[in-house]
Amino acid sequence: MSLVDRVRALLGDDAVDVAATPDGVPRVAPGSPDAVGLLLGTAREEGWRVRVEGAGTWLPADAPADLALTTRRLDKIPAIEPQDLSATAEAGIGCDLLRQQLADRGTWLALDPPGLAGRTLGSVVATATAGPLRHGFGAVRDHLLGVTFVTGDGRLVQSGGRVMKNVAGYDLTKLAAGGFGAFGVIVLVHLRLRALPRADQTLVLEGSREDLTQVADDIAAAAVQPAAHELMSPALARRERWLLAVRFAGSAALVSAEEAALRAATGGRFTALRADEAHALWMRAAESFATRPVTFRVGGLPDSSDELMDLLQHQVGDEWISASPGIGAIRWGGETTVDRLRRLRRTLAGLEVPLTLERAPWPVRAAVGHFGAYREGVGPLVAGLRRTFDPGEAFVVAVEGTE
Amino acid sequence: MTATAGGRGERGESLAAALSEIVGARHVRTALPERVTYARDGLPTHRRVPGVVVLPGSRDEVVAVVRLLAALGVPFVPRGAGTGLSGGALADDDAVLLVLTRLNRILAIDPKNRIAVVEPGVVNVRLSAAAAPHGLYYSPDPSSQTACTIGGNVAENAGGPHCLKYGVTATHVLGLEVVLADGQVVELGSPGGEPWGPDLVGLFVGSEGNFGIATRIRVRLLPVPRAIRTLLADFNALRTAGEAVSAVIASGIVPAALEMMDQSCINAVEDSVYAAGYPRDAAAVLLVELDGSREEAVAADADTIAGILRAHGARSVLSAADAKQRERLWQGRKKAFGAMGRLSRDLVVQDAVVPRSSLPDVLEAIGRIAAAYGLTVSNVFHAGDGNLHPNISFDGRVPGLKARVDQASGEIMAVCIAAGGTITGEHGIGLDKLRYMPLIFDGDALAAMRAVRRVFDPDERVNPGKVVPIHACREWSGVRNAEFGMRNKSSSVDSAFPTPHSALTS
Repeated sequence: MSLVDRVRALLGDDAVDVAATPDGVPRVAPGSPDAVGLLLGTAREEGWRVRVEGAGTWLPADAPADLALTTRRLDKIPAIEPQDLSATAEAGIGCDLLRQQLADRGTWLALDPPGLAGRTLGSVVATATAGPLRHGFGAVRDHLLGVTFVTGDGRLVQSGGRVMKNVAGYDLTKLAAGGFGAFGVIVLVHLRLRALPRADQTLVLEGSREDLTQVADDIAAAAVQPAAHELMSPALARRERWLLAVRFAGSAALVSAEEAALRAATGGRFTALRADEAHALWMRAAESFATRPVTFRVGGLPDSSDELMDLLQHQVGDEWISASPGIGAIRWGGETTVDRLRRLRRTLAGLEVPLTLERAPWPVRAAVGHFGAYREGVGPLVAGLRRTFDPGEAFVVAVEGTE
Repeated sequence: MTATAGGRGERGESLAAALSEIVGARHVRTALPERVTYARDGLPTHRRVPGVVVLPGSRDEVVAVVRLLAALGVPFVPRGAGTGLSGGALADDDAVLLVLTRLNRILAIDPKNRIAVVEPGVVNVRLSAAAAPHGLYYSPDPSSQTACTIGGNVAENAGGPHCLKYGVTATHVLGLEVVLADGQVVELGSPGGEPWGPDLVGLFVGSEGNFGIATRIRVRLLPVPRAIRTLLADFNALRTAGEAVSAVIASGIVPAALEMMDQSCINAVEDSVYAAGYPRDAAAVLLVELDGSREEAVAADADTIAGILRAHGARSVLSAADAKQRERLWQGRKKAFGAMGRLSRDLVVQDAVVPRSSLPDVLEAIGRIAAAYGLTVSNVFHAGDGNLHPNISFDGRVPGLKARVDQASGEIMAVCIAAGGTITGEHGIGLDKLRYMPLIFDGDALAAMRAVRRVFDPDERVNPGKVVPIHACREWSGVRNAEFGMRNKSSSVDSAFPTPHSALTS
């Protein structure tokens, strides 16, 4: 029996779409977490190599595999609890649909990941790609109460729960968030929400990178506490010069007080955007990263942000950059080569700054790896964890690269 | 295969001698009266006397001790100040207790990047004191913060009242230097906090010592809030207070802390030296704190919250007039556990977390269980997080009473789980909650946890017998998953998950 026939027998005719992928890999869309388990259990028995896809808008669907497992039919939102500020969503739900449903119930997931609006929740969690709101509301992991994932041999593992605090057992959610699918397919996510902010104001200042870096320092020194505080390259911001965008979100009193403090600290140089202008700015910046072939993030100390941007400019260019100077996080997008990425990563490693490759065509991912080399002694731990969760090496994930 | 520490006999003596060579004889405790002082943690219901107690004074001594124990195959238990509330830092007679309180240096404070690097034995509140001249502080504030250590906080992923707004320990740990079970030293994370590969820092925090010993801890510091408002609201009924909690949360204003105490707790506090002026006739009080960097915003938000509390049944809302009154209000809350010592000689402390909207129902159910068993239950807890601490006061000398307390505890836990909750929010599993683990995790999840532990500690020698109840594997068959009714498909926890013999030697 062929692979396709076997899967059809397992999950039904409508779960398989043979012609769907450009490279001819049969795409399978299980309709439930249990079906994902069934499929991966069989994959383990048969030795199939599996690549995992969401909506196909972020990581290219190009890894060589026997079958492509897409989460797109796992698109339900089993629970939104405005009273508890929590929600449970399946991994294949698009972030845009989720955001709308949450807003209808007066709630908000304070994540603004790069990529197109329809990017799946599972993709955001698996790659831990937070956006500018990370400054005020934390990394992707800080928004997760728990996840359920399916291991490479088809076992459903639930971790965490749906309450605000939880220290029962080891926190496997942390492995799933940012594991790039190496430890399992995320099928269900329990989210920590916030109430929809009563006020949401973005202010911007255009200038040279040097000037805006100084302004960013002034803002930090004045203890202004924005939700986002992002330095964007001209191409990304679609402006003539670099743009420093500051966003406040919360109660009307909070936003108005912080805005006043910002103006006081910076001599009133910022311009407030209208709501539609602000929405367009943040959305376009997020979407721009999905249109470049390569995206990576680096994370250093806040006071090294400027130096790191110099380094990026020198080694790979600085056309598409979004930096959160307050937390030392920089996202880069553009075209580059395997050699340049490797050289940059080596240089950054010397500064104790990790480079995480977020998206790139398969040949680049395979060569460079999402993580590259680890710090001493960590490699065997990661290898052990991978063997634990994917004993048959079913998942095609370029974790370390080939250098 | 593991050997034993053996508090007595030739083997124990030779081990003690070898340990003395590393740390000096005065830092090795073998006499029974000395070892007995380490037989409990903050929870009085568990008692284990360690075989040997060793107190290394530096990271290098920790490494040397761990390597020695690895070579001998002796199990060991890392311990901080011993203030934990789950029996997690207790060692049996066959194990060495490795006490880290001498590693108490604050190695660096970097005000520009708002980062500190500390050794594990640094007492929580000392770090904030050291950071204060820079206008910074360390946010997680467990009630034991004047005694507990940052290393212990990392092991337990400790919480505290102000975690409602600022997050638990895991949110604040950026990087770790860890000594693994075989004595190898690894660096997890990166200086800025970005994971270097998979998030092993996040995985390590809260692993209750099972993955190794954190010898250097890099944490995030926060700016000291410039404006603070502390409100005390009192209510005629627990249910009303619980409903007010939901209303505050739904308002979109996130208080720094939102704590609840019931009448039994209020009276215990008011009878003690920690008396805070709580109204004794109230069925419950809420202590709500708002903070931020802007005076006018915090004042306006406090007014809004006070209005919400009144609209949802508060008899009165008092705003602390000054820092002294604020401190007094908080002292009553922070010392409530101590005050409960007045009620009875023994105390069972629970730590379940429930969805916040179910607080009113769960609190009433706890009251019914207490009445049915004729027990005194006092509630003092992090209401904003839904993190309950029902405390059962009893006299363990009364025949049969302990069994009744255990039964009532089990029923309270069952109510919390049925409400969609979990068994521990900040105290950890340790020994105390092992029996409840199969109620919330199915065999696959427990097997996964055990397999992960064995990646770090293939022989399961570090803090053995804690967190994952391996002895109960056979009973896991047929346990239903607490969420969405997914059935447990495996009948045995250790059947299918590969447990690599040693990931560290491959």
